[in-house]
Amino acid sequence: MKLHAFLGAAAVAVTLLGSTALTNAAQVPEGTTLAAEQVFKYRVLDNINAIDPQIVEDVDTSSVVRSLFEGLYNSGADGNPVPAVAESHTVNADNTVYTFKIRDAAKWSNGDPVTAGDFVYAWQRAVDPATASNYAYFVGLVGVVNADAIVAGEKPVTDLGVKAIDDKTLEVTLSFSSPWFIRTLSHATLFPAPKAVIEAKGIDWTKPENIVGNGAYTLVENTPGERVVAKRNPNYWDNEHTVIEEVQWLTINDENQGLTRWRAGEVDQTDVPAGQYPALEAELPNETYSVPQFCTYYFDVNMTEKQTNEALKDQRVREALNLAIDRDVIVNGVLQGGQTPAYSFAHPLTAGYIMPNIPASTMTQADRDAKAVELMTAAGYGKDKPLSINYIYNTSEAHKKIATVVGQMWAEKLGVTLVLADMEFQTLLDTRHEKNYEMARDAWCGDYNEASTFLSLLDSKSDQNNSGYANADVDTFLAEAKTSQDPNVQYAKIEEQTAKDVPIMPVYFYAKVFMQSANVKGWPFNDVEQNWYAKDLYKVAE
Amino acid sequence: MLADQRIETLTRHPAEVVVPQKGRSLWMDAGRRFMRNRAALASLIVLLCVVAFTFIGPFFARWSIEKIDWTVVGSVLAKGFPSIETGHFFGTDEVGRDLYSRVIQGTQVSLMVGIVGSTIAVIVGTIYGAIAGYFGGRLDSIMMRLVDIIYSIPYMFILILLLIIFGRSFIMLFVGIGLVSWLGMSRVVRGQTLTLKNREFVEAAIATGATPLTVIFRHIVPNLLGIVAIYATLLIPEMILLESFISFLGLGVQEPNTSLGALISEGARTMQYGTIWQLLFPLAFFVVILFTFFFVGDGLRDALDPKDR
Amino acid sequence: MIQFILRRLAVAIPTLLVLIVISFILMKVAPGNPFAGERTVPQAVLDNILARYGLDKPEWQQLVEYVYNVVFRLDFGPSFQYRDRTVNEIIGQGFPVTFTYGAWAFVFATLIGVSLGIVAAVRQNSWLDYLAVGFTVGAQVIPNFVIAPILVLVFTLWLRWLPGGGWNGGHWSNVIMPVIALSTSYLANIARITRSSMLEVLSSNYIRTARAKGLPSYQVIFGHALRPALLPVVSYLGPVFVGMVTGSVVIDLYFSTGGIGQAFVNSALNRDYSTILGITILLGALTITANLVVDILYAWIDPKIQL
Repeated sequence: MKLHAFLGAAAVAVTLLGSTALTNAAQVPEGTTLAAEQVFKYRVLDNINAIDPQIVEDVDTSSVVRSLFEGLYNSGADGNPVPAVAESHTVNADNTVYTFKIRDAAKWSNGDPVTAGDFVYAWQRAVDPATASNYAYFVGLVGVVNADAIVAGEKPVTDLGVKAIDDKTLEVTLSFSSPWFIRTLSHATLFPAPKAVIEAKGIDWTKPENIVGNGAYTLVENTPGERVVAKRNPNYWDNEHTVIEEVQWLTINDENQGLTRWRAGEVDQTDVPAGQYPALEAELPNETYSVPQFCTYYFDVNMTEKQTNEALKDQRVREALNLAIDRDVIVNGVLQGGQTPAYSFAHPLTAGYIMPNIPASTMTQADRDAKAVELMTAAGYGKDKPLSINYIYNTSEAHKKIATVVGQMWAEKLGVTLVLADMEFQTLLDTRHEKNYEMARDAWCGDYNEASTFLSLLDSKSDQNNSGYANADVDTFLAEAKTSQDPNVQYAKIEEQTAKDVPIMPVYFYAKVFMQSANVKGWPFNDVEQNWYAKDLYKVAE
Repeated sequence: MLADQRIETLTRHPAEVVVPQKGRSLWMDAGRRFMRNRAALASLIVLLCVVAFTFIGPFFARWSIEKIDWTVVGSVLAKGFPSIETGHFFGTDEVGRDLYSRVIQGTQVSLMVGIVGSTIAVIVGTIYGAIAGYFGGRLDSIMMRLVDIIYSIPYMFILILLLIIFGRSFIMLFVGIGLVSWLGMSRVVRGQTLTLKNREFVEAAIATGATPLTVIFRHIVPNLLGIVAIYATLLIPEMILLESFISFLGLGVQEPNTSLGALISEGARTMQYGTIWQLLFPLAFFVVILFTFFFVGDGLRDALDPKDR
Repeated sequence: MIQFILRRLAVAIPTLLVLIVISFILMKVAPGNPFAGERTVPQAVLDNILARYGLDKPEWQQLVEYVYNVVFRLDFGPSFQYRDRTVNEIIGQGFPVTFTYGAWAFVFATLIGVSLGIVAAVRQNSWLDYLAVGFTVGAQVIPNFVIAPILVLVFTLWLRWLPGGGWNGGHWSNVIMPVIALSTSYLANIARITRSSMLEVLSSNYIRTARAKGLPSYQVIFGHALRPALLPVVSYLGPVFVGMVTGSVVIDLYFSTGGIGQAFVNSALNRDYSTILGITILLGALTITANLVVDILYAWIDPKIQL
C-alpha cells in the first residue's frame, strides 16, 4: 500500500491522491447527448430499512444512505478515497491523529452549513449505548479512541477520540497507528448526522417529510416492499455536476421477476439469477456485466469442543474434504457468473494485498483428489468406512445448489455423506454463533478495503470467528500486522497457517453479476466494494 | 376449505343421507353406482396407475434422486433435456439431477402428505365429532366452540411461523397440517352423529346396557364410514395443495428429498430460460393427482348420495 | 340476531387473547434473535439494544405490557427490524394494499364465478357448459405461484400492456395482474359450486312447479332458483376471504405490491416479534369477523335458519 511510504516523516500534510480534479461527480465526456429523462431505477432484493447513517447495516440501504448523506471521503470509481465533505486532511507521523478540513460549500439540504460538530455528534451517536446501533463496533474497529469503552457503557460519549477544533476543522485520534483510516470514511456509520432534526423528531427523523441530509439527493418516498424514491438536492455542494434527477430503489424479491422487469425496461439494473450469465452474456453482451465483488464464500468447520464429530477434529479429514471440493465445477458449472475459485481467505483484489500461493491452488484437481483420498485413507475413513457430516445452510436456491454439488463430490470421491439441513437465515446465524453445528455455510464481505477486514476474522477473540478457530501464532501475526512496515509478510503467514489447519474451506470469491441498461454510464466497475453513487451516473440518449 | 364445500350437499340434508347400516349390500349398491360413473371410474384407474408408477417407476430409473450428472452441470439447457439416451427421461433439474427419479419421489412425498393429513383428520375428527355429537349438551357446545376458535386462527400464518421457528421436517409439516385438517371432519361427523343417535338401533343398543363408548365405536362410527370416506378422499388434494404452498415458501421437506410443490416452484422460477420441462413434468403429475382425487371424491359422494337413486 | 352476534363476539375475545399468548410464546422459544446480523454484535451492544426494546425485563412482564398496550391503546409497539417504524405504521401501510387487491379479487371471483356457474347450469351440456367446466377444472389446480410469473411474462414482457410489479398508489394497471392471479382458483371453485348447486335446485320440485305454471325462464332462475342456489357459495366465502389474505404472500412476492403478506414473511424471517404478533392478531380478528359476516349473510339468505 502506497500509504506506507509516508511513515516515518514528521507530521506530513497529506492531500490524498493529490489533485482535486478526482473529486467525484458524473464525468460526462464532451459531445455526449444526455437522455431527456434522467431517472435511475435500481432493483433491490429486500425492503430498504431505516435510512439512518449510524444504524444502517445492509448493502442496499447503504446505497440509499450514500445518496442522501455524504462522509468526509467518498469511494472513487476505482475504490480509492476521493475528497467529499472534507477538502483535505493532515496526519501525524505515526498515523494516529488525523485532522480534516471541511469544505466551506458543504450544506445540509435545509441550507445549514455542514460543520465539524455534525461529525462529532454523529460519531458519538454511533457509539452511544442509547442509540443501540448494530454497527457501533465499527467505530472501535477503525481505531477511534475509547469507542469500545463507550459502547460498553464504561465511559461517557464525550470521551470519544473525535473533536471539533472549529466549525470547519475536525480532529480524530486513533488508538493504534492506522494508515488505512481514510479508506473507512466512506462507510455510512461515519457520516455526519443532523443533530437538530434528530433531537426534534426522534425515531421519525428519517421519514421523507422530516429527513435532512447532506448528500446529492433528498428523500421523497419510502414505501417498504415497493420502492424508495429520491430527488436531486439543490443545496448539495457539487450539485452543478449532478446529472441524474431522480433515483428509485425498487424492491423485487424474486430475481427472475427482476430480470423480466429489466427486459421490459422497468428497471435499469438488476442481478443475474445464478447460472443464467452465459446465456445472457451471449444474448446481450453490452448490457451483461460480471465484476469482482469484495466477498468470500466459504464453509466453516466447527473447531470448538462443542463439536462432536470426531472425524472433523482430524486435520487430515478436513484437508481431504477441502481438497476434494472441485471449485472449478462450482464456479464454471453451477454459478457461471465470473466468480473465481478461492483457496485462501482474503479477497485477491484487496488494496495493497498480495495473495500468497497456497499449495493446493496450483495443483490439478486430479492431484487434489488423489491426495484427498490418500489423506482420508490415512485417517482411517474411506468407502468401506463411510463418514457422515452434518452441514447447515440458509434457505436460498444458490446455497442449496452449492451444498448439493459439494455433497455429491464428497460422496463420489471420498464416500462421505453430507447431511443437509436447510434453515432460514436468523436460525443459521444463531446456530453458527452458538457453535451447535459440524459444518456451516459462511461468507464475508469486506467492510473497508484492506486485508485485515477479512483476516481479523481468524483472530481467536473475534466476535465474527464462526469456526471457533484459535491459533496463537495467527493471533500474534494479526497483532504484528497492524504496525508492520509490510503487513503482507504477516498476512501470507496467516493464510498459510489457516490453509494448513483448515478451520474454513474457502470456495470462491464473489462476482457481482448484473444487467445494466446500455444507456446508463458512470458505474464504478473497478471498485471491488461496488460503492456506487447516483450522482456519478448519467444516462445517454439512445 | 374445499372439502367442506363438497360435503355441503350431504350435511345440508343430514336426515336424508343414506347410511349403509346393514353393511355389505348397501356398500355393494354404492359400489355399483360408482362403477357406472365413468369420470370417477376413469379417474380411479388413472390414480391407481400413478400410484403404481411411483412403485414401479424407480426400477427403470438410471439415476438416483441425488446423483449429479456431471456432464450436464453448467449446460442444463443444452444437455439436460428429456432424453431416453442419457437416461434422463424427464430431463434434469438445475444442478443436473435426474428429474424422472425426483418426480417419482416428489409424487410419493406429496401423496404421503395428503394421505397422512387425511388420516389424522379421519382419526381425530371422527372420534372428536362422534363424542361431541353423542353426548350433546354442555360438552358438545364446549367442544364445538373450541373448533370454532381454532377455525378462526389464521392457521397458514401459524404454520409458516412453526416451520420457520422449529425448522422444516416431515414431523413439523404433519403436525402443522394435522392441527387443522380434522376441524371440518369433526363438524361433519358431529352432525351425522346427532341424527344417528336417535335411530332405533342406537336406542336398542343403549337399552341393552351398552356403555356410551361401546355405542359410539360399535354402532355409530361404523355407520359414519360412508361420509368419512368421502370427506377423507376430498381432503387429500387439499393437503397436497397446502403442502405445495409451503414448499413454494421454501419451508417444505429437506434436500435431497423433494415434493411436487417444491419441484413445481423450482420449475416455475426458471421457465423463462427455456428449461420448461422442469415445470411441465411435475406440474402434469400434480394436476393429474388433484383431478383424479376430486373426481373420485365426487363419484363417491354421488354413489352414497340418495338423491341420485 | 343481536344476541347471536354478541355470543360470537364473546367467543372472539378469548380467542384473540389465546392467539396473542400462543404467538408470543412461539416467538420466545424461537432460536435466533431480531438483532443478529451477518456481523455478530458484541454483547455490550446487544445489551443496549435489548434494553431499548424492553426485552431485558422478565418475560411475563413483557407479555402483560404487550397485551395491555394492544387491548387498551391499540398500540402494537415499535418494529424490531425497522428502527423508524412502528408496527401500526407497517400494518397501516401494508394492509390497505392487500385489502385493495384482495377486495377486487373477492368481488371479481364472486361475480364472474357465480355468473359462470349459472350460465353453465342453465345451459347444461352445451359448449358453454363444457367450456366453463373445463376452465374451472384447470384453474382450480394450477397454483397461483405458477400463474403469477406466467401473467408477468405474457402481459409485461410480450404484450407490454401492464407493469410487471409495483403498486404506484394503487393505479389500476398495477392492480389487474394481482387480482387475476389471486382470484383464479377461487373463481373456479365458486363457479363449480354455483353450477352444481344450481343444477340441484333446478331439478327440485318447486322449480318444476314454477316452470309448469308457465313462468318465464329468467324469472324462474333469478326469482326462485338463485337464492337457494347461492347458499353453498355464501358459506364458501369465509374460506375465500381467508385465502385472499394468505394468497397475498405470493402476490407480494411476485408483484412487489408491498402488502401485508410480504410484511409477515419478512418479519417472521427476521424475528421481528412485534410485527409478527401485530399481523397475526390483525388477521385473527379479520378471520373471526369474516366468519361472522358469512354466518349473518347465510341466515339472511336462508329463511330456515334462526339465529
